[in-house]
Amino acid sequence: MEPFITHAGIAMALDRVNVNTDDIIPARFLKTVTRTGLGEALFCNWRYIDGGNVPNPDFELNFPRYQGASVLVAGDNFGCGSSREHAPWALGEYGFRALIAPSFADIFFNNCFSNGILPISLDEATVNGLLRDIEATPGYSIAVDLPEQTVTLPDGRTLHFEIDAFRKERLLKGLDLVGYTLSMDDEIKAYVQRRKQEVPWLFVPTTTAVANN
Amino acid sequence: MTAETTSDTMNAQTRPRTLFDKIWDAHVVKAQTEQAILLYIDRHLVHEVTSPQAFTGLRSAKLPVLRPEATVAVLDHNIPTTQGRRKLDIVDTTISTTITTLEKNTQDFGLPLFDMQDARQGIVHIIGPELGITLPGMTIVCGDSHTSTHGAFGALAFGIGTSEVEHVLATQCLWQEKPKSMNIRIEGKIAEGVTAKDIALAVIGKLGTGVGTGHVIEFSGSAVRALPMDGRMTLCNMAIEAGARAGMVAPDETTFAYIKGRPYAPKGELFEQAVAAWSQLASDAGAAYDKAFTIDISGLGPQVTWGTNPGMVVDVTGNIPDPATVSDPVTRESYERALQYMGLEPNQKITEIAVNTVFIGSCTNSRLDDLRLAAQYVKGKKVSPNVRALVVPGSMNIRRQAEEEGLADIFREAGFDWREAGCSMCIAMNGDRLSEGERCASTSNRNFEGRQGRGGRTHLVSPVMAAAAAVAGHFVDVREA
Repeated sequence: MEPFITHAGIAMALDRVNVNTDDIIPARFLKTVTRTGLGEALFCNWRYIDGGNVPNPDFELNFPRYQGASVLVAGDNFGCGSSREHAPWALGEYGFRALIAPSFADIFFNNCFSNGILPISLDEATVNGLLRDIEATPGYSIAVDLPEQTVTLPDGRTLHFEIDAFRKERLLKGLDLVGYTLSMDDEIKAYVQRRKQEVPWLFVPTTTAVANN
Repeated sequence: MTAETTSDTMNAQTRPRTLFDKIWDAHVVKAQTEQAILLYIDRHLVHEVTSPQAFTGLRSAKLPVLRPEATVAVLDHNIPTTQGRRKLDIVDTTISTTITTLEKNTQDFGLPLFDMQDARQGIVHIIGPELGITLPGMTIVCGDSHTSTHGAFGALAFGIGTSEVEHVLATQCLWQEKPKSMNIRIEGKIAEGVTAKDIALAVIGKLGTGVGTGHVIEFSGSAVRALPMDGRMTLCNMAIEAGARAGMVAPDETTFAYIKGRPYAPKGELFEQAVAAWSQLASDAGAAYDKAFTIDISGLGPQVTWGTNPGMVVDVTGNIPDPATVSDPVTRESYERALQYMGLEPNQKITEIAVNTVFIGSCTNSRLDDLRLAAQYVKGKKVSPNVRALVVPGSMNIRRQAEEEGLADIFREAGFDWREAGCSMCIAMNGDRLSEGERCASTSNRNFEGRQGRGGRTHLVSPVMAAAAAVAGHFVDVREA
């Protein structure tokens, strides 16, 4: 995974609340068995018209001023709905590295950290102000500094954001969690041994053939 | 003292704990920091849409699945549900690739798979409980947000992304931050014709689609206790639509009676021991929640969504809201967008909205109780000539039982298409979908833009409300029928 340390880029305002992962990437694109090729389908139902072939000039992603945007600023509860990791895959492949919203849905939030994308929660009044400023200022760019936990705006204002130490470390190092967890193999084995004694009914194997009803 | 509580004796003696606390505490393998807890996962459910990339990851790292015997795979999301379906007949090559990919992955890694021909096949959140794979006190994950369904058994069950699917396959664990807790106490008695689906929609309508973010919701109160397991599953299924990490109901005699004798459930002495432990799982008196709500559902009518998220909902006797009367500009704008997408006018009566399609199915509402209630309404009636209507049972076991009870005949004679099991038109991946502008009364869980097909318009309702809309061609109040 590509580490995230600092990033600066054009910000795009998507002034909508409750943007769900079906909006980000519709289910018909989930038939893929790879993680790639989804950037073109990002926000597909809003982004294209006429059966999906013509760019919709009224949708933000197609505004000339937002071309090359890499910081997405959106309304509350961004990424709600389906657990599909195809949503951060599509956002990442398109080029978004940081997301700013008052809040993110839990599963989507976790999925971002598996893909080197930094979701930043700022309070609602701040985000609303940001949305207005971005819309009013072509070329509006935002700089994110993860070690310092700051967002710097064109007017020089620096905003602080919260992130827990573990998630921060994952992004800074581009950490593969599987390898890290497997280094704790002994503790996992000990836990399983203890639980098999304590709660044996939770260990009925699914691999044993049993009669259906 | 039961085995379930031994490992946390000290903790349990010092403070009253919630159902969620008890299950969480029992599954902590290691607490690295307060936000980085290594949580053990008892059951991992896998399906064809969110798993291929996870197996690719295992292959490239040359890793096995740590505990195949804790894992179950099933085909459900994009397979056909037409009668007599065969793999050969699937013309969409991307779909057949996801099917053969799961078949190969489960074979290579030694995982049990319920394929299209298996008598136990069905929607992942239907078959877990039905087969006794889902049990109280467990942690359960699946690459699907509606994993919250399993919380109806007093399990901690939540949806995860594909990278996390890979992590669980390799380690049987997940790194988690402990969510906050929320108690939603639901009191009162529901009228005939009003169901768990209506309660769920009313709760989301009242509290909002983001109320549960960062929280695990425990549903409690007399109205929840009175629900059978099928209804509790519907309620917990919809917890994700309130934004919750998970939904839960404390296990009780209703739960134990449901589990007893299920194929994978513990048997004999082991079952008795399990019940003794499960009986200790309910939240202790005085246990503290981070947030609590009490909702009285007395007098609640059947619910119908009018917008593009499940919180945009009104009673069937109501009207479409007028955005002009909404003071909050953000809400007003989202209402305007929703009405435009849905092709509806402010103040329109709900019962005057005509539908073209009726879908009875999904992990929310395709269980036997759902089909029974819908069939009871439909019996002797006909589907309106302007409506195409389909019933997609949640599992092949439910389908067989519904056929034995005569429900299938009732649906067929009324003009419903009687299908085989799968997710079908809830997610619209398998060809069952709405076309542009089509309007559907659906028993599924999401009325998002394009969810049931690009440009399709979804109204979420209960199974009996969907059945009634199929007959009338528009929404009706089933309490008056």
